Amino acid sequence: MLSARAFVLPAALLPGTAAAADGAAPAWLLLWQWTPAIASGFLMNVLISVAAMLLASLLGLAVGLGQLSGLAPWRRACHFLTHFFRNAPWLVVLFYCMLLLPFQLRLFGVALPFPDWAKAILGIAIGAAANVSEIVRGAVQSIPPGQWESAESLGFSRRQTVWLIVLPQCLRRMLPSWMNLYALVVVSTPLCNIVGVHEVMSVAGELLANQDRHDLLLPVYGYLLLWFFAYCYPIARLTRLLERRPAPSLP
Amino acid sequence: MNPSAATRRPPLIRCREVRKSFNGVEVLRGVCLDVARGEVVCIIGPSGSGKSTLLRCINGLARIDGGSIHVDGLDVHDPATDRLALRRKVGMVFQQYNLFPHKTVLKNIMMAPLHVLREPRAEVEARARALIAKVRLQGKEDAYPGELSGGQQQRVAIARSLAMRPEVMLFDEVTAALDPETVSEVLVTIRELAAEGMTCVLVTHEMGFAREVADHVYFTDAGLIVEHAPAADFFNRPHDPRTQAFLAKVL
Repeated sequence: MLSARAFVLPAALLPGTAAAADGAAPAWLLLWQWTPAIASGFLMNVLISVAAMLLASLLGLAVGLGQLSGLAPWRRACHFLTHFFRNAPWLVVLFYCMLLLPFQLRLFGVALPFPDWAKAILGIAIGAAANVSEIVRGAVQSIPPGQWESAESLGFSRRQTVWLIVLPQCLRRMLPSWMNLYALVVVSTPLCNIVGVHEVMSVAGELLANQDRHDLLLPVYGYLLLWFFAYCYPIARLTRLLERRPAPSLP
Repeated sequence: MNPSAATRRPPLIRCREVRKSFNGVEVLRGVCLDVARGEVVCIIGPSGSGKSTLLRCINGLARIDGGSIHVDGLDVHDPATDRLALRRKVGMVFQQYNLFPHKTVLKNIMMAPLHVLREPRAEVEARARALIAKVRLQGKEDAYPGELSGGQQQRVAIARSLAMRPEVMLFDEVTAALDPETVSEVLVTIRELAAEGMTCVLVTHEMGFAREVADHVYFTDAGLIVEHAPAADFFNRPHDPRTQAFLAKVL
């Protein structure tokens, strides 16, 4: 039985063959018809990834700079948070966010809804933020100490040195790792499906559930993989390009 | 400068019994040094004798472990001393220039007066352009440090320090990293500064320059001032055998 299905599935990829023979619509036609639904589902993945990455960048910047703070308790706390969540599986963090956070927040007596998608963004962002934190720490530490010294001798405060002199030089160094991380965030967004957020995997599941056709599993999920590939591969190429370009002293 | 005129007023820089250790190794072992306003002082001596450390202690980049340093009446190592007041009085130029690579020449010079002193932009820019002319770099206002030669970068670094209108300039082996053909252009700039009456303390290996420009020369060895004298006396009639041995080697 299993071996028979394995034999049939690849054939289903070819237009107008296999399942189409018994009168059902061919796989390629269904994929074509479902493309708008899949695209709108994928849009949700993109939105989640962008929002999670923005949040992760802000959190990660704060915690990453915290790892270099002169204030020892704050520095240790940031170090611990970074390494704790860098080693936490994103799905576990996601479940924590889903199950432990309330469905609404009360701020100054106003009830704000806290929908599942927002929790999912937070869940993904936490894991990503821990990675951003390390990227920031590494980049800041790669700036030659002479930059700090000359800034100090000119009277810049530590805060001014970080924001005006060190971080602007770091941006370029951080970009490849940051983009790499973003691609990871994108391919992690289907995790949100498991915790009930309606994204491209849920869309595919619903479309398949209406058909009850095993021969569609491979084409549909293969099609999803292509979507992710088409979105992430250019990011990877661009990252490689940025990495290979020697970092000049010009911005 | 006339030494007798200089001695009538309290010294601009007064170091007394300065001690400093790194990891248990004492690099300054009770250094005393006075610099009068308008005086040019050269500190020479073998590598590792504590010359650069002394300069870094004078502007508070390094903490001292004993003794005292006063700059224009400010106790450099009193925690209650206003850091900014000190930085305004003391400019420092480093061996590695330490320009900000992400900013143009003009911006490098303008940054500290704008952000640290919070002076009006138009005034700061006019001053920066005048300083660029003074160090003979007209036309390079919009160049980035990476586009300049070492000598040009060092002159920008001097202009950047001067933009804070310091009362004393510290030069830490500023020609040591330069190609031989660009050394003289930096020395010309320093010579002009000295001629205008700027108080200068130079750590240098350029004996010819020290002899020509210095009012007073200090010789350090193993964390101590071994000998100090007016420049002519120092080079013509060194007393201490260590000074004699050093001069015999380098002259």
